[in-house]
Amino acid sequence: MAVKLVEGPEGHTGQGFFATSFDKAIGLARANSIWPLPFATSCCGIEFMATMGAHYDLARFGSERLSFSPRQADLLMVMGTIAKKMGPVLKQVYLQMAEPRWVLSVGACASSGGIFDTYSVLQGIDKVIPVDVYVPGCPPTPEAIIDGVMKIQELIKNESLRRRNSDEYQQLLNSYGIE
Amino acid sequence: MDTLQTTPPGLQEEKQYNTLNLGPTHPATHGIFQNVLQMDGEYIVSGEATIGYIHRAFEKLAEHRPFYQITPITDRLNYCSSPINNIGWQLTVEKLLDVQTPKRVDYMRVIIMELARITDHLICNSVVGVDTGALTGFVYVFQQREHVYEIYEAICGSRLTTNIGRIGGFERDFDDNVMRRIRKFLDEFPKVWKEFEGLLSRNRIFMDRTIGVGGISVEDALDYGFTGPNLRAAGLDYDVRVMNPYSSYQDFDFIIPIGQSGDVYDRFCVRNEEIWQSLSILEQAYAKLQQMPKGDYFAHVPEFYLPPKQDVYTKMEALIWHFKIVMGEVDVPKGEVYHAVEGGNGELGFYLISDGGRQPYRLHFRRPCFIYYQAFPEMIKGSMLSDAILTMSSMNVIAGELDA
Amino acid sequence: MTATDITHESIVERLSAQFPGKILSHDEPFGLLSLNVPREDVIDIIKWLKEDAAFQFIFMTDLCGVHFPEQSGQELGVIYHLHSLVHNVRLRLRTFFPANDPVVPTATTVFKAANWMERETFDFFGIRFIGHPDLRRILNVDDMDYHPLLKQYPLEDGTRTDKDDKYFGR
Repeated sequence: MAVKLVEGPEGHTGQGFFATSFDKAIGLARANSIWPLPFATSCCGIEFMATMGAHYDLARFGSERLSFSPRQADLLMVMGTIAKKMGPVLKQVYLQMAEPRWVLSVGACASSGGIFDTYSVLQGIDKVIPVDVYVPGCPPTPEAIIDGVMKIQELIKNESLRRRNSDEYQQLLNSYGIE
Repeated sequence: MDTLQTTPPGLQEEKQYNTLNLGPTHPATHGIFQNVLQMDGEYIVSGEATIGYIHRAFEKLAEHRPFYQITPITDRLNYCSSPINNIGWQLTVEKLLDVQTPKRVDYMRVIIMELARITDHLICNSVVGVDTGALTGFVYVFQQREHVYEIYEAICGSRLTTNIGRIGGFERDFDDNVMRRIRKFLDEFPKVWKEFEGLLSRNRIFMDRTIGVGGISVEDALDYGFTGPNLRAAGLDYDVRVMNPYSSYQDFDFIIPIGQSGDVYDRFCVRNEEIWQSLSILEQAYAKLQQMPKGDYFAHVPEFYLPPKQDVYTKMEALIWHFKIVMGEVDVPKGEVYHAVEGGNGELGFYLISDGGRQPYRLHFRRPCFIYYQAFPEMIKGSMLSDAILTMSSMNVIAGELDA
Repeated sequence: MTATDITHESIVERLSAQFPGKILSHDEPFGLLSLNVPREDVIDIIKWLKEDAAFQFIFMTDLCGVHFPEQSGQELGVIYHLHSLVHNVRLRLRTFFPANDPVVPTATTVFKAANWMERETFDFFGIRFIGHPDLRRILNVDDMDYHPLLKQYPLEDGTRTDKDDKYFGR
């Protein structure tokens, strides 16, 4: 059975060398070796366990090593309802992550509060942290979660190396109260 | 039975204790709850539990939804075995409406509930294995959950939060696809489970880590309101399926396994044996279903059971009933009912006060996790940190049921 | 297990003999004997039911609160569900009291299981349990200033700015 490898970027090739731009090379490396932080709170967490299991296997996308420490993680996967009591905890975890960091909001509850339009549920984690990709569903099937991770991979591959230092990004963080 | 572990010397003297914060996001606590522990080195002196990090206000939400829209909320209580919650709620409403479901519906419900119980115990036991270091068991056994998900998908369309069935029965009968999948599961799962048991049950390392850890006496367990496998591991055979049978459980032949000391090993063994008993109930229910004629999959209650769509589009009376049911113009009796089912963690109770309106006046969930988790700080006093982690995972604390 | 050892009539009879005048009313909705008792005596009754050798209601199944704003003078209530495992008989006790005086004695002296259940009832309804070792909010944020399950409060958070009422028919 042939194993499908990731395609290399375009560049100039010659005898013993291959030249491409930093953006593309680093983007390729980052996109295919994401270390996710599974911030699983409720039912979506069980679907995440199914995604990491043998049937759907997120590990083949490079996410074999889950990191429960925010300092060592690239991708914060928020799976499940975030209550108002949990909001500050989530923000604290996000702040501890080092740049570059991405956020994947899995499930209806994390994206917008879901079916719980109540006094105690945060209506979407984008009220406290900036989000890159939203995966709808209640809970989303593992195929949908993998689709979300693939979209994150697209984002990572095409991201400019200077984005994190740009003014626009700083303004985005300031709007959340993050310096 | 002494619930304290052996206390190391010097624990009673005046000392400076370390404060360790375990959670709310912690890889080993399978769920969102916090424990602030006072530690004397590696031994825990005392602990304080904080919950509510996933409080979703189910009880307030239920006061604003009609009865059939509450089933998706009950899904999210113990989301590892959501069909049991769904069917428990449907049974509560059927008790209020005084609806008698046919035997076929009861047996279909028993099949679904026992499948859910198997999956719940499967997660709990494999996670106990993970916490002692046996990661393979978890990944291997989780594959079986995929097979059960396929059965649920064939019945109701959804994998995890199932919203299965209707008040009065089901929306369609089990077809050949479903029966074939159930048969395949019943043929293949016992081999897998035997393999998993063989990995851990008589494993020297596992037994050394779990015997004598996190025990509780029967008297304490009863005082703290324990139910389910945790109480049965302590030694009392209280099972709602036998005490107050519902959904024709009295027609089935099964035993209730009990333990002796209520420690982690006993809970592990009780859940293992309950999986075998559930498999036996499933075989009996499957055989009974094969012998019954198809087609009798709902109770004849036109005021609450939506008529089939073909009739709604062609017959006038069905159209009127559909309109009345959905718009909520059907009279709901006033009343106060408490109904309990045996969930994966114990007695899951629904206390419903209806004032005659479309929505419940008050709905309270008696959540077994919430009630027995109170005992956790008591159970870990004097034990080591890794033992406390094992105690927590063997109690099968599901955050959705804890906070509701 | 059959429940032929004790009957609902015998429970009411012996309770009325032990606590004369305290059983305000009783009924049996859906086969579960339910008694209305005054709040000063509810804990004594529960204790007696637990310790009585014939009844042995040794299990507290549930404890919850309820709010009936139109029953003036008796708006708030606490409902106890007990279970005698030996005889397989369940019992419900209800006690009501006015909303401007929401205090009830605690059941933690009788059943340890009541600890968190009373904290939850306090969190949701504001009912204070006298003698509770640690009465504070359990499920909501600690600095919440109202008790959400009371009927006068809405389901959604009052401070929401992004929900436009005209789309929701209000």
